[in-house]
Parts: sequence; C-alpha cells; structure tokens
Amino acid sequence: MKGRRGDAATAGLNFDVVVVGAGHAGCEAALAAARMGQRVALVTLSVEKIALMPCNPAVGGVGKGQLTREVDALGGEQGRNTDRSFIQIKMLNTSKGPAVRALRAQADKRLYEDWMRHTIFRTPGLEVVQGEVASLDVSRETVRGLRLVDGRRLGARAVVLATGTFLRAKVVIGDRSYPAGRVGELPADHLSTSLRAVGLELGRFQSATPPRIDGRTIDPARMVPQPGEEGGLRFSHWQEPAARTQVPCYLTYTTPDTHDVVASHLHLSPLKSGSIGGRGPRYCPSIDRKIINFPDRTRHPVFVEPEGARTFEMYLQGLTTSLPVFVQEAIIRATPGLENARLVRPGYAVEYDYIIPQQLKLSLEYKHMQGLFSAGQINGTSGYEEAAAQGLMAGINAALSARGEPPVVLTRDQAYIGVLIDDLVTKGVDEPYRMFTSRAEYRLILRHDNADERLSAMGHALGLISDAQLEQVQRKQTLIEEGSLALASAQVRPSQASDEALESLGTAPLTETQSAAQLLRRPQLLFDDVVRLLDATARDRLGGLPSDVAEQLAIRAQYDGYIERQMAEIRRHKATEGTLIPRGLDFHSLEGLTVEAKDKLARLQPETLGQASRIAGVSPADVSVLMIHLHRRQADS
Amino acid sequence: MAVGDTIVALSTAAGAGAIGIVRMSGPEAVAIAAGVFRPVDGSDLAGSESHRVRYGHVLDPSNGRAVDEALVLLMRAPATYTREDVVEVHCHGGSAAQRAVLRLLIAQGARPAEPGEFTKRAFLAGRIDLAQAESVAGLVRARSASALRAAMRQLEGGLSDRIRDLRSRMIQVLARLEVGIDFSDEDVDEVDRPQASAQLQEIERDLRGLLETALLGRALEQGVRTAIVGRPNVGKSSLLNALLMRERAIVSEVPGTTRDTVEELAEIAGIPLHLVDTAGLRSSHDHLERLGIERSRRAVEQADLVLAVIDLSEGVTSADEELLAGLPGGRVILVGNKCDLAPVSARARAGARAPGDLLGSPCAVSALTGEGLDLLRDAIQNAVVGDGGLHLEEPLLATERQRLLAEEAVRGLESARRVLDAGLADELVCEDVRSSIQALGSITGEDLMPDLLDEIFHRFCIGK
Repeated sequence: MKGRRGDAATAGLNFDVVVVGAGHAGCEAALAAARMGQRVALVTLSVEKIALMPCNPAVGGVGKGQLTREVDALGGEQGRNTDRSFIQIKMLNTSKGPAVRALRAQADKRLYEDWMRHTIFRTPGLEVVQGEVASLDVSRETVRGLRLVDGRRLGARAVVLATGTFLRAKVVIGDRSYPAGRVGELPADHLSTSLRAVGLELGRFQSATPPRIDGRTIDPARMVPQPGEEGGLRFSHWQEPAARTQVPCYLTYTTPDTHDVVASHLHLSPLKSGSIGGRGPRYCPSIDRKIINFPDRTRHPVFVEPEGARTFEMYLQGLTTSLPVFVQEAIIRATPGLENARLVRPGYAVEYDYIIPQQLKLSLEYKHMQGLFSAGQINGTSGYEEAAAQGLMAGINAALSARGEPPVVLTRDQAYIGVLIDDLVTKGVDEPYRMFTSRAEYRLILRHDNADERLSAMGHALGLISDAQLEQVQRKQTLIEEGSLALASAQVRPSQASDEALESLGTAPLTETQSAAQLLRRPQLLFDDVVRLLDATARDRLGGLPSDVAEQLAIRAQYDGYIERQMAEIRRHKATEGTLIPRGLDFHSLEGLTVEAKDKLARLQPETLGQASRIAGVSPADVSVLMIHLHRRQADS
Repeated sequence: MAVGDTIVALSTAAGAGAIGIVRMSGPEAVAIAAGVFRPVDGSDLAGSESHRVRYGHVLDPSNGRAVDEALVLLMRAPATYTREDVVEVHCHGGSAAQRAVLRLLIAQGARPAEPGEFTKRAFLAGRIDLAQAESVAGLVRARSASALRAAMRQLEGGLSDRIRDLRSRMIQVLARLEVGIDFSDEDVDEVDRPQASAQLQEIERDLRGLLETALLGRALEQGVRTAIVGRPNVGKSSLLNALLMRERAIVSEVPGTTRDTVEELAEIAGIPLHLVDTAGLRSSHDHLERLGIERSRRAVEQADLVLAVIDLSEGVTSADEELLAGLPGGRVILVGNKCDLAPVSARARAGARAPGDLLGSPCAVSALTGEGLDLLRDAIQNAVVGDGGLHLEEPLLATERQRLLAEEAVRGLESARRVLDAGLADELVCEDVRSSIQALGSITGEDLMPDLLDEIFHRFCIGK
C-alpha cells in the first residue's frame, strides 16, 4: 500500500496518518499505523524527546500491568520495550489470586527512550517530523491534515492527537509559575487554541511529580531494600528479555519531623495559595495533601527508586510536592536515610488542558470531526500504560479510517482496554483517569495471564501479530483444552497413599473418588501436587504440560463457578451490548423516553445500547424503550 | 433477537380471585419448572407435550416439601406470546403461596422480570405488530413509572436511608478489600479477615431484619390479608359477599357451613384486600370442622388485618368475649353485624360491653341490607393507611422486585462470608460483596464505582 500516492516529489508531505506527540500514546499509534501499512508521520517538538518518562520510570502495576500485557498481545510496543530496559521487575499481589496479579517494572528511563527511538526510526513507512503544530486543517467536519508553526503543511487522511499535558500547560513550583509542557519544555498553546476553534470542549487538570535526588547521597542502611524478583519475569508474550542484574529500590518513611516541615510551610503550597486550579488525581496526592487530609498518620511511605543504570538520579515516590524548592530540601532532609540527600530536580505541578473525552466515539475518533483521533493524557487519563493502550487503539483505528474501513472496538468483557475507553467516552472524567482492577466488572476473566488468549487473534487479523505468534497462542489454547478434559476425566480414589499425600499438604483426605479437576479446586493444592496423585497414564498426559498451560488449568479450577457466573452475565448483556444505535438518531422524537434520558442521549450520542445503559440518567426502562424503537426501525427498513 | 435468559413474574391481574399465575419465559423455562413441579401421575414435566395443562405439586427441591398444589401450563416456543418457551404455574391465590413459588423458580435460575419485560419480549419476537410498537414503548414506560412511583414513595421514607446505610457499610468492607488489591504495592496492611467476616455478618443480620419488615410493601402490591372471624353464624360469609358485592361463599343457616377458608380479592379505597372467610372459631369435636377451625387460626395468625364479627341481635356473648380475647391486638376491627335485626338498646349495650380499650365501639353494619358498609370501608382504610395504621412509618420494601433484590444481597453476603472463612482469595470475596452492593444499588438506583472510589480515597491514604 506504501507509495500509492505516486512519486516521492508529489507525495512529499502527504501522509495517511499523522500522529502529534511522541510520548507513550503517540509512539504506539505511529507504530501500529505504520505496521498496518500506512504512511505515517510522527510529529514531535523535539526528536530528542521520544517516549519520555517524566513521572517515575515504572511500567505496570495492578490494573496498569494488565493494560501493558494487552497492548503486547495486540502487537503493541510497550511490553517489549519495557523488557528491554527494566532494571527491576516483580509480580504484585502474589498472595492473592491470579486475576489481580500484575507485573511492575522499574525502567532505566534513558534506555527505555533509546529503545523506543530505535524502534521508531527502524519502522518502515514511519517518518519522524520535528515541529510544533500551529493548527488543524479542517474542512466539512473532516480533518485534512495540519500546519506546523514553521509553515509546513502535512496532509493526512487521519490525525491522532497525543500531546499529553502540553496543551496550554503551566508549571508551578511554590509561588512561581510559567508556561511549560514539562520543566524545560515549551507548551503547545497554538494547538489548544486551534482545537477550541474547531469546536472541541476542553477541561483543565493538574498533575505533579516529586523531587529527584542524587542517589550517591542516600544512606541505604537506614532504609528497607526492595529487590526485584528473579526467575525470568517479562511483559512480552513473544520474546525472552536478555538476562540482567536487577537493582533494588528502597523504602523509608516520613517522620513527625517531616510532617512538621510540611505543616509549617503549607501557606506556601500552591494548594493553599490557589496558584494551581485544575483537579488532580486523588490516588496520587502530594505530601501536602496527605498531611492536610490524614493529620493522624505519623508516617507515610517513601519509595526511593533509581531512574536508571547510567544515572545517579533517584525518584522519591511518595513525596510529590510543588512547595518551594527550599521547603522540598527541608522535607527530604527530615526523612530517615535522606538526611544528606542532595536535591537534583525539584518536584513541580503542571496544569494542562484536556479534551472532554465524551466527545469521542469508542474508536477514539471525534464524533463531529471525521478522521481526527486522540489518545493518552490529552483525553484526561494519567499513566504510561493508559496512554499506550489508547495510542494503540487510536493508531489502529486511524489506519483503518485512512483505508476507509470500519473501526475495531474492544468491549468491556474483552479487555481492560475496552473498560478504559468505554469509561472515558461514556462516563467522562472528573480527575485524571487511572486504571484499577476494581473498574473491571469481569475482573476474573480479564487477567494478566490470558491477554494473549483474549486478544492475539484480533492483533493477527489487523496485521500486528505474526502467523508464528498466533500459532504460539493457538498451541497453548489447544493444550489447555486437552488438559482440561484430562483433568475432568482423571480420577483419584481414596487410598492410604492419597490420604497421606493430602494430609501432608494440609488438606483433608478423600472420602470418595474425585476427579483431578475437583482436587485442583482446593486452595492448598498446586497443579503438580494433583498430578502426583494420578495414575501413570494421567500423569503422563498432564505432567509434561508447559508451565503456562498448567497455570491456566489451575486458574480455571480455582475460579470454577465464578468464571461461569461472569460468562453468564456477559451473555445476558450481549443483546444490549451488540445493538447498534444509528448515528444521528433523533432521540427527542422517541416516545416513551424521559426528558432527561432524551437530553443525555442526544448530547452523548452513544453507539450501542450497552453504552447508552451506562450513561448516568438513563434508566433500564429508557433502555427498554430505546430497544423497542431500534428494533422497529430495523423492521421498517 | 435472542435475549438469552429466563424471566419470571407474578402475573395475576387484580381481582382475578383465588388463583394466582406465576409466568416464566425463556430458554430454561421448561427445565426450571420441571425442577420444582411434580405431576401427580409421576411423569416428568419436561417430557410434556406443548400446550397441555398438568396437575401436581410444587416441591421445594432443597427439602422435598410440597409448597402448593398447582396446575402447570407448558407452552413451547415458538407458538407462545414471547416466541420463547413459556410456563405458567397456576397456584392458590394467597400471596404467600405465589411468592413461595416465585422464589423457588428464581432459586432455580429464573430472573425476576423488569416492568413490562414480557411485553417487550413479545414485541421483540414479532408477536406484536409494528402498529402497536409505540404503545408498547408507552406501556413499558408506564409500568416502570408506576413501579418507580411506588418505589420512590417508599424510598422517600426511612427505607432509602436504611438501604443506603447498609449499602455504604458494604462499600466500606469492599473498599478495604479493594485497597488491598489495587494498592498492594503501597503501604497497606493486610485485610483482617475475621473482622471483615464479622462486619459482613452484622450487615447481613440488619438486612434480614429489613426483609422481615417488608409487610406493608407486600400489602400494597399484593393485597392486605384480611381474615374475617367470629363464632359460627354471625354472618361472616354474608359480610364477605357484601364487601365483594356478589355471591361467593356458601351462606347457610346451619352453623359451621363454611368448613374451609374461602379467599377473595376486593378493593377498598384503592387498597387491595385478600378477604379470607374462616370457619367459625369455636371448640368442636367434629373432625372435619376441627380441621376448618385449625385453618382459621392459621389464617388469623397470617393476617395483616382481622375483621372480628359479632351478632348485634344477640349482643356480645361470652363466646364472643373468649374469641375476641384470643385475637392479636392492634390490627383488629370489631364489626357488629345484623344491625337491622338488633334493637337500639342491644346496639348500645354491645358498644358498652365491647373490649373498648382494645377495639373501640363495633362498626355496626348489616351485611343483608348494606347499612353501615361505607363506615366499615372507611374503618378498613383507616386501619391500613391511617394514623396508627399498619406501621406505615416503618421502612418497608415496597415491591416484590425490591424484596428479591434484598434477598439476592443477603445471598451475596452469605457467600462472601463462606469464601472469607474458607480462606479463599480476596478477589472472590469482592465478587460476592459486589453482587450484594449491586443488588441494593438496583433498589436505590446508585452506581458502585464512584462511591467505591470515594470511600477508598476518603478512608485510605493512597498514593505514592
């Protein structure tokens, strides 16, 4: 498909897809569109600044780690790039069940940038363009490209905005504030104005980071080391990462002295002085906010995290603040292990415009602007993982749109990505949106460990997952199905041997013959324990299974009943979720809807009945009435 | 359009009398019904031909006990109203029996239907033509609206506070568990499982308490159970007929003619009443009659309201006094019948000798001439909805749907405690607590996620 616009001279600055912003959303969008055969431009303010990690250089975490795995299963880059650059990795929630386990890695942030830049520059069909966007080029509610401040015009069939926090951004430290996208970088004020000019509604959020210190000036002996986990953990389904020595993080706690320093300077906090206005994330409060809201706590944790193997900078997770620099230094020195720490970069707050995400369709395209997509922090989210997930989907759908094909949409029962996007475009945001596993109603099904089974076929259909990769997943699935049957048919009879074995594992002996599948439901028994109880034939069939297959079989047994319940719930909602609402339907003309429902539906223009049902103010009765009208229209036509 | 699941609802029209219909529609309808219904000929219901009526018993599969005798009408898809398999269980009209059957079917996997859902399915299946579509939409809206109005009336009072309180206590427990899951890499303590279990148990106890007070809600939706009692031949059956304004119970001069209880539905000032005519309450050695008297005592025990009838032409006899003394206080209306036959002095004497502190003066009526019936109707209305009526100030669950949702919430809590106590993973406890919260949220129309996040960020110092 490349080069179909004729020779190089006329093609010049015409692209299929133009992506604005080379952060975590922009990189995924550009790579996905290019890998789908589109001619792509990635516009960035600085070629030096690709895939930056301005907050702490960690990827994953509970909820977020699932997103990264899903991005990987669909053929995205974040998982692999993290595997190439982490200095520490661990599995979280190992004391809980598999559905809520997730990987979290500490990246070497320079290495992370380098690998991503390397991949971007080596991807055919993807051009990096340095420049600032002056305005969108729009006609008849369709995006045609954009203009750069330097006068260049980039033609495009689809544009993905992934500008992060840069829209009309303002950095605040203490009583000082100045326009900046990140410390030391210019904001994108032109674009913000241009977006308003084409009719987009913007809101304002704020976010903040903690100070960075010189790692050579900390006292590790006064802190608790937080080592990584050995054993070959990785994000990517497809590639073994190179072996490396992991670097520990450290845990320390604030003291009443630390709190005194904060309390006695609160009048200087931008929170109090009002120099910062937008709403910030409640899950990431500044130390100022923690001391105001939880005055009874005598200590708060501070995680001291290295930012890379080739830098001495360390990140003080837990000490986010935009108090004046001299107060930040005093706070640090009042904290055990950091008494002599030298401040390298002060913490700061940033206030920025975001686009009210209800203006987007589930494809991340604007409802009223064909070909214009947006992804990442500009949509009111926070986090590299949330950004990458949206970037990937926006890139895929921009490519499909450029080709004139219908978009792909992940549903809430398919992926955390589906939960994320549906939440954003249906319910909107009132603080920067972060993924939690509790947001997913089908949490037991949307697991870290089965992202490949859930999504790789879709990635393959889009051309982002290779035949070999898909075969790898299909082999695993076949083995799981066979193993599942073998477990159900293998019987264990009560015997002295089985009694002794079971009792030694801390569980009751058998009172009757049970299948291996039933035994596996006992929380005390691991897969291998059960296999050892089987006769030779069954042991041969089940004992030789790869560990990831055995893991899936154990999970199915453990969640037995609950997974069926969630599947039944999903089936129940299939009819509404799958019913499309035609674009431009005149909700006000529909008899039987409440006035409130009509207004909300008309404003938000949901794409499916399921989406309509999640709009606040639309009752189950309204959904029934809507269903009847839709059905009638269908029958009429 | 395949909807997928099987729905069930009471579908007795008001005034339909002694038979109540529980209707079920969906792919599992036949299987679910076969699980609780045993035809008298011992055959399996599932093997029945379509559009046939079978007679037998509804059994509770958990203990094998018969709940009611019933006729079951089985209609297989597609020749049904919804084009799905439809099963109707025709059982005795008493609301208790219908509710028991309904609950059994739900326990077997049917889902309580939303307002207007049968009609909606009929429409979606193409059983109702396009010209009717607008009116179907209107009907769904209207049914929902009236259900909603009833619910709102209740929710304005103490009920919503009670439910919100229970729900927010559940959210507190859930938040504690979810914090341990979503923020486990922060400085969060392990969940205290015995404490969580104890909290859930306490919430469960309070929720059960709420369910027990569901009297009036049921009354408004399904009728006030009203027992007519009195010694033989004071005219109980005549009074029943007079209130119904038609002949129904066998009226006879011979004392003890009404050996069985007779139940009828009447409407008084918009309040549905299930009038239960009982055999005369008196000591008897006749076996059959003793059976009837036993049933009468039970009817009084189960009644929401009792009409105690005396014969004004005879005045208050010692048998009357004995009978009246045995009635539960607070929900009895004393009715003096045959006022047309009674001398004025006898009426006055009856008023003076009645246990006035308990019942006040009798309401003098003549079932024969209709004299005084309006006053009796006023008295009934006053007893149900007036000051000091049937505990209107108590928070009560207004509709069967609300009751079922509250019961679902109780089941979720039970399961959550079992999972906690068995040492299974936190996320499974969360599943059960969530299902409980969602059930209560369906009563009050509240969405879990914003409240859960508020609770988490309000109570726990999260964020690094």
